[in-house]
Amino acid sequence: MAEANPASPPVVTPVNSGTAWRRLGAALRRHPTAIAGGVTLLVMILVAVLAPWLGTVDPTDVSPIRRLKPPSAEYWFGTDMLGRDVYSRVIYGTRVSLTVGLAVAFVATLIGLAIGLVTGFVRWLDAIVMRVMDGLMSIPSVLLAIALIALTKASLTNVIAAIAIAEIPRVVRLVRSLVLQLREQPYVEAAVASGTRVPMILLRHILPNTVAPLLVQATYICASAMITEAILSFIGAGTPPNIPSWGNIMAESRSLIQIAGTILLFPGIFLSLTVLSVNLLGDGMRDALDPRLARRL
Amino acid sequence: MLGYTLRRLAATIPVMGVVALFVFSLLYLSPGDPAAIIAGDIATEEDIAKIRARLGLDQPYFIRFGTWLWALAQGDLGTSIFTGLPVTTLIGQRLEPTLALTLCTLVVAVALAVPLGVIAAARAGGWIDRVVMAVSVVGFSVPVFVLAYGLVLLFAVQLEWLPVQGYTPLKEGFWPFLRHMILPSVALGLTYMALIARITRASMLDVLSQDYVRTAHAKGLAPGTVLVRHALKNAAVPIVTIIGIGIALLIGGVVVTETVFAIPGIGRLVVDAILRRDYPIIQGVTLLFSAVYVLVNLLVDLSYVFFDPRIRY
Repeated sequence: MAEANPASPPVVTPVNSGTAWRRLGAALRRHPTAIAGGVTLLVMILVAVLAPWLGTVDPTDVSPIRRLKPPSAEYWFGTDMLGRDVYSRVIYGTRVSLTVGLAVAFVATLIGLAIGLVTGFVRWLDAIVMRVMDGLMSIPSVLLAIALIALTKASLTNVIAAIAIAEIPRVVRLVRSLVLQLREQPYVEAAVASGTRVPMILLRHILPNTVAPLLVQATYICASAMITEAILSFIGAGTPPNIPSWGNIMAESRSLIQIAGTILLFPGIFLSLTVLSVNLLGDGMRDALDPRLARRL
Repeated sequence: MLGYTLRRLAATIPVMGVVALFVFSLLYLSPGDPAAIIAGDIATEEDIAKIRARLGLDQPYFIRFGTWLWALAQGDLGTSIFTGLPVTTLIGQRLEPTLALTLCTLVVAVALAVPLGVIAAARAGGWIDRVVMAVSVVGFSVPVFVLAYGLVLLFAVQLEWLPVQGYTPLKEGFWPFLRHMILPSVALGLTYMALIARITRASMLDVLSQDYVRTAHAKGLAPGTVLVRHALKNAAVPIVTIIGIGIALLIGGVVVTETVFAIPGIGRLVVDAILRRDYPIIQGVTLLFSAVYVLVNLLVDLSYVFFDPRIRY
C-alpha cells in the first residue's frame, strides 16, 4: 500500500534517533511534571549513592536503650523497636528499591526484547511463545513472584529475577507487535528482497525502531518493580529481613501502627515519591515519543 | 454466538495449560522431599523409597504432571504440608472474606471510576478533569499497603472513625461488616479506579469527537442523554476490557490488603503459607487466582456483543 502511493503515511513512522532525542527534549520542556519527576528521581539516586554521608548511622545498629523514640533533632524519623535509627534505615532503603527497579527494568527489557524480536520474525515460534506468554500473563505478577521466591532462598538477586520473569511477557508482547508492524515496512521488504539475512534485518532495521517505545515501557517496569519488591518484602517473601528495604521496615513496624505510626509513614512516603517520579518521567517520555497517544491520555 | 463462545472457551485451554504446567513445575522443583517428611525422622531409606513409590514421586516428570492434572480435574489441589488438610478445604474456609473484599472493591471502583472518567472527558481541561488525572497518576504510584496504612493512621488511629483492622462476616450484621470493609476496599481499589478512570476518559474523548455525537447534539438531545446513550455506550468496549484486565491488580492486591487489615481470607492464607514454605497452598491459590483472571476475561470478551452489536460471531 505504501509502495503504491509514496504520499500515504506509513503505519509506523520510523524514528530517527536524532529527532527522537530532540522531540524528547522539547516535550520534557512542555511537561513540567516530567521534569519534576526526573529531578526527584535524580535526587533519589543521589540519596542512594551518598547514603553514608547524609548524616546516617549504621542502619542495622541495635540499641535497646533508645527503643521507639519519636522523631527528634537527634533521630529525625525516630527509632524502631530495636532502637535502630529509622532515618538511616529509610535512606539506605533507597538503595534496595532503586537497585531492584533499575535491574528489573534492564533485565526484563533485554530478555523481552530478544524473545520478542525472534518470535516476531520466526513464524513457527510465534504461536508457541505467545501461548506461554499469555499463560504467564494470566498469573497475577505478585503471585508469580511469590511462587518463584518460595522456591529459592530470599536474596536480592532472586527477588530481581522473580520480578523480571513476571514482567518479561509484557515486553515480549510490545516488541512482537512492533516487529509485526515494522516487517511490513517497504525498507524491510527491500532488505528481505535484496537477500539480507534475518539476524542482520533484526539488528539493523527492526531493533533501532523499537528503542523509543521500549524506553517508555522500561520506565513503567521500573516503577512497577519497585512496588512489587516492596510488596514482597512487606509480606515476608522478598528482600532478606536483615537488609533495610522500605518494604521490610514497614513489615517490621506493622504491629506498632497504633503507638508509632510514623515509622510506617516515612518509608511509605519515600516509596510513593520514588515511584511517582518514575511514573511522571515515563508519562513525559510517552507523550514525547508518541504524540498521537499523548493527546488522548 | 454459541459457536464463538465455544471457540473462545477452547482458546483458554492452552493458556490454562501453560499456567498448570508452570504451577506443577513449581511443585516439582520445590525443595524438600514430601516422602521424607511423611515418613518422619526414624524412617529408613527403604521406607522413604516405598512411600515415594506409593505417591508416584519416582515417576518421570510428564507422568507426574498427568497424574496431577487428573487429580486436579477431580477437584484435588493437593494437601497442605503444614496442616495436613486438603488445599481445597483451606481455600473454601477462607473464600468468604476474599470474595466480599474483591466484590466490594470492584463495585465501588467501577461505580466511581466510570462516571468520573465520563465527566473528565466531557469537561476535558476543566478542574474535574485535572483532579481526576492527578489522582490517577498518584493512584498508580502509591502502593496498596502504603495507602492502606495512611488510611488506617488517619481514619482509625487519629480520628477513630473506623476499626484499625479485622473482619466481620456479613451474617453478623450489615453495618459492622461495612465498617470493616471501607478502608480495605478504598486502599485496594484506588489503583484499579485510576486505571478505569483513565481509560474511560480516553475512550470517551475518542467517541465525543465523532460525527454522530455532533449530530445528536445538533438535533437537540439533552447533553446527559448524548453522553450516556450515544457516547458511553460506544466507548464501552475499551472500558470493559480494562475492567477485566485490571482484575489482576485486585487479585494481587488482595494478598497485601488482607495482610494489612488482618482479614482471614485467601490472600492471608498465601502469606502464611510463604512463611511456612507450604508449597501446595501457594500453588493451589496461584492456580485458582489465574483461573479466575482467565474466566473474567473470557466473560469480558463475550460481553462485547452486548455493547457493540456490530461485533458478531
